[in-house]
Amino acid sequence: MTWPSAPSAFKHRRDPETGSRRRAREEGARGALIAFISTVVFFGAALWAILTSEAWPQVQRQFFNPQAFVESWPAVLSGFWLDVRMFLGAEVLILVFALLVAMARSLRGPAFFPIRTLAVVFIDFVRGIPLILLILILGFGVPALDLAGMPRSPMFWGIAALVISYSAYTAEVYRAGIDSVPESQRMSARSLGLTQMQTLRYVLIPQAVRNVIPALLNGFVSLQKDVSLIFVLGVREGVREAQIFTARTFNYTSYIVAAILFLIVSIPVARFTDWYTERDRRRRQAISA
Amino acid sequence: MTPPYPTPPTTRKLVVESCTKAFDDKVVLDGLDLQVDEHEVVCLVGASGSGKSTLLKAINLLVPIDSGRIVLDGETITDPGVNPNEVRAKMGIVFQSFNLFPHMTVIDNITLAPRKVRGVSKREAVERGEELLARFGLADKRNEYPERLSGGQQQRVAIIRALAIQPELLLLDEVTSALDPVLVGEVLALIRELKETGMTMLVATHEMGFARETADRVAFLHAGRVWEEAPPSQLFTAPQRPETREFLRRITEAGRL
Repeated sequence: MTWPSAPSAFKHRRDPETGSRRRAREEGARGALIAFISTVVFFGAALWAILTSEAWPQVQRQFFNPQAFVESWPAVLSGFWLDVRMFLGAEVLILVFALLVAMARSLRGPAFFPIRTLAVVFIDFVRGIPLILLILILGFGVPALDLAGMPRSPMFWGIAALVISYSAYTAEVYRAGIDSVPESQRMSARSLGLTQMQTLRYVLIPQAVRNVIPALLNGFVSLQKDVSLIFVLGVREGVREAQIFTARTFNYTSYIVAAILFLIVSIPVARFTDWYTERDRRRRQAISA
Repeated sequence: MTPPYPTPPTTRKLVVESCTKAFDDKVVLDGLDLQVDEHEVVCLVGASGSGKSTLLKAINLLVPIDSGRIVLDGETITDPGVNPNEVRAKMGIVFQSFNLFPHMTVIDNITLAPRKVRGVSKREAVERGEELLARFGLADKRNEYPERLSGGQQQRVAIIRALAIQPELLLLDEVTSALDPVLVGEVLALIRELKETGMTMLVATHEMGFARETADRVAFLHAGRVWEEAPPSQLFTAPQRPETREFLRRITEAGRL
């Protein structure tokens, strides 16, 4: 009796689990199939509606013209490459400069009042001016002053405007991160004899940056597109090149080319941000549990 | 462990003179006087909110006092011209909630202040930190991050971090209050061991049993003052003032004595 019952007990223990797992897999497979069919039907219908509409041939000619696509591609691509380089350079400067501003704003004590005030004034002032206005003021205004020793390139000042504007926002992101570190961390660092700057540098900022990486990545995505605003200064970046093509041919396909190029870069960054944020959230939950 | 000081000379290490401190209109310290001699262990007891924690933070200059003065080794540390960072480097303070730096390993937690405040070389700081860890049975935790340690281990690391700056005075602020009862013992054992080395300590605690056997003197805080102070044998068995008796009665009722 014991011998035959043992395998059956074993079976009894395993069966429901395997069964439920199989069921879950079947449901998962059915779910995927439904999702696939509904997606195909939905987007198929939308596409059909667009392609059969009366206006489509004209839209296609103006926006999705294969010939114009091929013709405008090299110039827009090389302009876009300039966007990418300007973005990378500006981003590095922003991350550093914003951190300095945030540190200045986080200093405590009456002695640091002027530094704190300067940081607050800078942030309020810059955040209150439309970015495009700042680009025009610096990009056209400063070179026009013809100051000795100052760079005259509109591109230089355009990037400077981006760095100044984004630093104000990014400084606030950093500051939120610094504020999110518990006060007891600051206190125990100070109790060991560390100065305010040492406390910021070794204790608060490393923890703060970890807390705000998703917000910083979000800023990346935003800057990656805003860098093209420098086109108003005549800098021949992606959007400007597309505009030049359009002005010459009265065809808007070049704008679509530029849009596709921006999407190719920004979508992966956006997906990465989501992935990182989710991973970070799970890790925190695991720690607190 | 043999005390490094064969015949301890008695000198005033710390003098707190009529200190007052109010948060908004809530008076926490109300003309408090206290002295701690070198190599002495003084336990602060009293109800929550009696000012124990504020007093320790005031001594560490983390909380500015409203009036009165605090003297460490003959130097008035509450004078405006004094550099608080230099004062703080002379004493260690450990809090209820450990406050280890979560982004640093145990050894980095311990060596940060010696390196950045005392200017000790990294190698020397690490060597000394390892010595301390070994002495208190935590050598194998050297490279762990705080979140991977038990509460008792974290608190012992926090005490070692405070010891690493080679303080002349150690302030302990209810260091066992946040711990599971089973972990309290290992932290108290460490403090007893420190007493044997002659460390001067001011200890705010709810552990009456610990105060009774370890303290040279117990100070009962009430209404922002040292209401009564005496050697533990005397304070716990023959308290002189009614408030002290009431406090001890409630502690006994709660089963903590």
